[in-house]
Amino acid sequence: HPHQATQMSNYCLNILVFVTLQQRDPMLKRDGFEDILEERRNSSDLKYALRCYAPVLYKGVTPCKANMLKNIVLQSDQLRYVINQVSQESGEAPDIIQEEASVILEEMAHRLQISTVRFFAFALSKAFKTLFQHVCVNEEGIQRLQQAIQEHPVVLLPSHRSYMDFLLMSYILYTYDLALPVIAAGMDFMGMKFVGEMLRMSGAFFIRRSFGGDKLYWAVFSEYVKTMLRNGFAPIEFFLEGTRSRTCKSLTPKLGLLNIVIEPFFKGEVFDVNLVPISISYERILEESLYARELLGVPKPKESTSGLLKARRILSEDYGSIHVYFGQPVSVRSLAQGKVNRSTYNLFPRHIPRKPMEETQSFVNDTAYRIVRLQEDNMVLKPWVLMASLLLQNLEGMELSVLTEQTVWLRGLALSYAAFLDWPDHAPTAKVVSSSLALHRGLACVSGGRVSLVVGEPLGPVTPEEALFNRAVSVLSCASYRNQVLHVFLRPAMLAVAMLHLSDEVYNCFSFLWDMFSNDFILCPGDTVQDFEEACYLLVKTGAVQMPQQDIVMTDIGQPTLSFFNGLLEPFLQGYQVVCRYLCEEASEGLTEKQYIPAVRSFAVKLILAGNLRCYEVLSSDMQKNALAALLRMDAVRKVKNRMISHINQTQISPSLSLVAVAEDLCRDGLTPSYIR
Amino acid sequence: DTVLAAATITMKLTSTVCFPRQEIMKWNGWGYSDSKFLFNKKGQAEFTGKRYRLSGMVLPSLQDWFENTFGASVNHKSPATPALNASAVPPASLNEAFVEDLKATGIPFSHEAEDRVFRAHGHCLHEIFALREGKKFERVPDMVVWPNCHSDVVKIVELACKHNVCLIPYGGGTSVTSALECPPEETRCIVSLDTSQMNRILWIDEKNLVAHVEAGIIGQDLERLLNESGYCTGHEPDSMEFSSLGGWVATRASGMKKNVYGNIEDLVIHIKVVTPRGVIEKSCQGPRMSTGPDIHHFILGSEGTLGVVTEVTMKIRPIPEYQKYGSVVFPNFEAGVACLREVAKQRCAPASIRLMDNEQFQFGHALKPQVSSIFTNFVEGLKKFYITKFKGFDPHQLVVATLLFEGDRERVLQHEKQVYDIAATFGGLAAGEDNGQRGYILTFVIAYLRDLGMDYYVVAESFETSVPWDRVLDLCRNVKERINRECKERGVQFQPLTSCRVTQTYDAGACVYFYFAFNYRGLADPVHTYERVEHAAREEILANGGSLSHHHGVGKLRKEWMKESISSLGVGMLQSVKDYVDPDNIFGNRNLL
Repeated sequence: HPHQATQMSNYCLNILVFVTLQQRDPMLKRDGFEDILEERRNSSDLKYALRCYAPVLYKGVTPCKANMLKNIVLQSDQLRYVINQVSQESGEAPDIIQEEASVILEEMAHRLQISTVRFFAFALSKAFKTLFQHVCVNEEGIQRLQQAIQEHPVVLLPSHRSYMDFLLMSYILYTYDLALPVIAAGMDFMGMKFVGEMLRMSGAFFIRRSFGGDKLYWAVFSEYVKTMLRNGFAPIEFFLEGTRSRTCKSLTPKLGLLNIVIEPFFKGEVFDVNLVPISISYERILEESLYARELLGVPKPKESTSGLLKARRILSEDYGSIHVYFGQPVSVRSLAQGKVNRSTYNLFPRHIPRKPMEETQSFVNDTAYRIVRLQEDNMVLKPWVLMASLLLQNLEGMELSVLTEQTVWLRGLALSYAAFLDWPDHAPTAKVVSSSLALHRGLACVSGGRVSLVVGEPLGPVTPEEALFNRAVSVLSCASYRNQVLHVFLRPAMLAVAMLHLSDEVYNCFSFLWDMFSNDFILCPGDTVQDFEEACYLLVKTGAVQMPQQDIVMTDIGQPTLSFFNGLLEPFLQGYQVVCRYLCEEASEGLTEKQYIPAVRSFAVKLILAGNLRCYEVLSSDMQKNALAALLRMDAVRKVKNRMISHINQTQISPSLSLVAVAEDLCRDGLTPSYIR
Repeated sequence: DTVLAAATITMKLTSTVCFPRQEIMKWNGWGYSDSKFLFNKKGQAEFTGKRYRLSGMVLPSLQDWFENTFGASVNHKSPATPALNASAVPPASLNEAFVEDLKATGIPFSHEAEDRVFRAHGHCLHEIFALREGKKFERVPDMVVWPNCHSDVVKIVELACKHNVCLIPYGGGTSVTSALECPPEETRCIVSLDTSQMNRILWIDEKNLVAHVEAGIIGQDLERLLNESGYCTGHEPDSMEFSSLGGWVATRASGMKKNVYGNIEDLVIHIKVVTPRGVIEKSCQGPRMSTGPDIHHFILGSEGTLGVVTEVTMKIRPIPEYQKYGSVVFPNFEAGVACLREVAKQRCAPASIRLMDNEQFQFGHALKPQVSSIFTNFVEGLKKFYITKFKGFDPHQLVVATLLFEGDRERVLQHEKQVYDIAATFGGLAAGEDNGQRGYILTFVIAYLRDLGMDYYVVAESFETSVPWDRVLDLCRNVKERINRECKERGVQFQPLTSCRVTQTYDAGACVYFYFAFNYRGLADPVHTYERVEHAAREEILANGGSLSHHHGVGKLRKEWMKESISSLGVGMLQSVKDYVDPDNIFGNRNLL
């Protein structure tokens, strides 16, 4: 019973407010930052690149030569088992399979060389000084990391927004005399011959993007990673999100590598593994407009060395600052306490590959989400992020003074929700706003006291589609900044939407939104109630709502907050609605996944051109994919034979909160706010 | 040439009143009253008495080792209460009818406080610590009986059933699993059944090489008496100076030389047990039978919950012609384990092969007696130089395996060569007989050393497990790390000593023994802290594929893990046997289940 659920959760609230308080408050105590470029601007880069580099290692191990590492991997029981297995299945001699394994390893393995590292240290110093005002690092985090490296194998888990990320990571570790990580990189880099090899020599190892059924490949790969981890030769670094987030929202974590690095703990091969969440925040992302185009269906340029050289023009621009926050190392042992019974691994030889048990899988999944949440928590937000959020709710433009005033208001709200805001000290607000606008002049401009989004001017005559496309590029670029603050506001915003639309079944509506959006945002599986409590707590804390007995009601002063939150999620709601409409109205029975994205896009383009839709974000392939994934997950749409998408029988679904019902509403009422009944 | 000096408890039946073991044994510590470690006025360690190789010797390096390892000081003493305070012992609650009937049988008994307290405990840290502190006892046996033979036991058990009295069999009292602790919730009269008077070898059958022995006999007496006839059992658990044959059966004991002679389950041919339902025994002495599940295995490891083992027929062997100790130094623990694994694989393990980790190696060194001759000193120095400088072994990494070979001379020498050859392939260097022998001395004196530690704020304990070969290293490392971490988290102010050794090899795995000690200054409740750490260590063992116990048993200390270890169905099977054999829980020590 929905009402009971609300009652229950309200009851829980009393208890949980305290817990939530405790959970959120420590985050307020964040470390300060040091600018590592400052020293680079004052002393010789060459000296810096050639200085003595002697990092402390895990329990004092000596770093292992690349060749020795390969031998250990090739001779491991794990790999030998799989080689024999593959040999038996394929009828090939074990020697030949062994040779294959050796080739795979050759293609994969890093060849860390200190000289290359020094080259990068030099070149990156030059580049960073040109590109960025500051590269800020929390030194306390570095100290914690240094400690952790000596105690247990360490896995570095940075957020992924730019190609820059892993060079930057190694650069920072080199700067602080920490052990250089080995980094899992996608094979696509290998296309760039020279650069690929350079990266390899600075510690990257390369994995194919997909190798689903290839047992041998998986065995070589996982054994390679585990060997490095078990022996503590170097910290392992990879991106939980799997790929660069084109939207600046954190991506749903991928579990493959995390499974690999956690398994040695479950098997008792290491005492513990430390996972270190690292948040890399860019004030301006190098790939900004590239991403927007990519999301709109312009294919991304293939990584090539010449392409990289062309990107040199980037060097002439100001990209503001970077903040790198090394979070508290998370002990896998402590996380797994009481969740995974390690002795279930006792009855099976450890060298035989096995699918992880259900208990383990859900633990790894849970862990992945928690780490991404920790990354989000320590992402540094610039004032522009707040301004972008406001501008996107006023696409027709805003008076500068209004923007300034609302930015100040939003700043207060963000701070009370524990956002990690980097707001310049002692600077007048007008100054902050204007310098943000100056840095992002490619995205917004001021004319006649009004601020509006900049729309790229194409050469030659413009078709309506081209104009729309250009507008979409700037909206999506701007959205990538707003997206950075979403993790702060997401939960209260979903509550605000729920209150607006379904004030007597708030929890159910919240839970529906939570479920629907869990492909788009990082919502830890099973945390619905906790997130609801957190949302309530935050809205109550800022005075936007009151909770007399078992009700949630808006206060007199709550209106601006709630309406801002509604506006914040509006593009997502609209986007999902458009996808539902498309599926109900237009999609044919035999739609393939490949056809889906261009089809939704042209459906949306038609709606916009006809003046029936003002939401450009639905043109983003990211949102389209997430919406489809959500519909599939919620069983509103079903995949048949892997390629077909078919509508689910609408009569099958009766509860008022089903997505099909939402879609039905949509078709009838258009974009009225009553779409959720 | 046994490690033990030929000292023994001769407690022949002299009186009918009481048999005060406590006159020659410590009431609040390990072993003989006359043998103990102490720091003399010069601060040098000494081992008193005349019973052991080390007895009467000065151990010049022990103090440094002790102070450096534990952060302890010989100036910070934590002395034990000198004598048992009778008022701390709860008064005996006797079942008068039982006492009357018992008197009629003429079997000796006592309800003196000292007799009762002596049999109320084993040698767990918390038990000894409580004795030393003079803590009040919650529950001790209400009386002690000394049956003289099998039929005495039958009479006692019958009377116990008749009057609903709780019986707790008591052998050598060396339990380290809280097995002898009286369940505090037991309201019936508790009678400790001391088997020490049933200590005769009843007959020796040289044709079949078996001996029929009363189960109360103590290990060293059994060996000594058999030796007089030219035989031995070869069963030498580390506790053999004090533990009894019945106790070995009841706990599934393991002997140091099991590679030649087997563990207790391999050695027994016939067992006689008195239970509340009657006497269990087999009808013949066939060396192996296919007659359903072996009923001996209900008895072996039953930990006194089913009845009293009264007589055992046991395999014996002629005394080996030749015995030789040996030792091998390895550059690190990994190499040592790999070597032991290979030795086990080739099934050429000597009578005993043990691998001590670096901590124990250093500990062993600290126990070296003062060397009188300059020459020995010089040779020692040369050896050390050869190993550490010439061979490049890191003194903080190297480990030592101790070996004991037995058999006829020629074969021993052949065997020795085979083992040293294997060792060499793992980088092992032969390190002499002396080092080997010292390793085995350590085994017998280490329990005495715990008493010394407790005099200076250091608590210590050992625990063991068995584990498949491929997990030995991981288990050792993780358990040590877990102990260190738990100590830190629980406020132990000083770095603990965690040390392990591989003490037995099997085809499919090994027995690993841990020592763990820490300086408890600054802790409010050191025993509680200790117990939490040991608990965590045991969880770590289980999580790393180790067993709940290799030979110490379960007692009450490890009961909580039984279900996890043998499944609830398995526990149910054991419970149904208990329910059938002892429906009124006469043998109510509440061990195991």
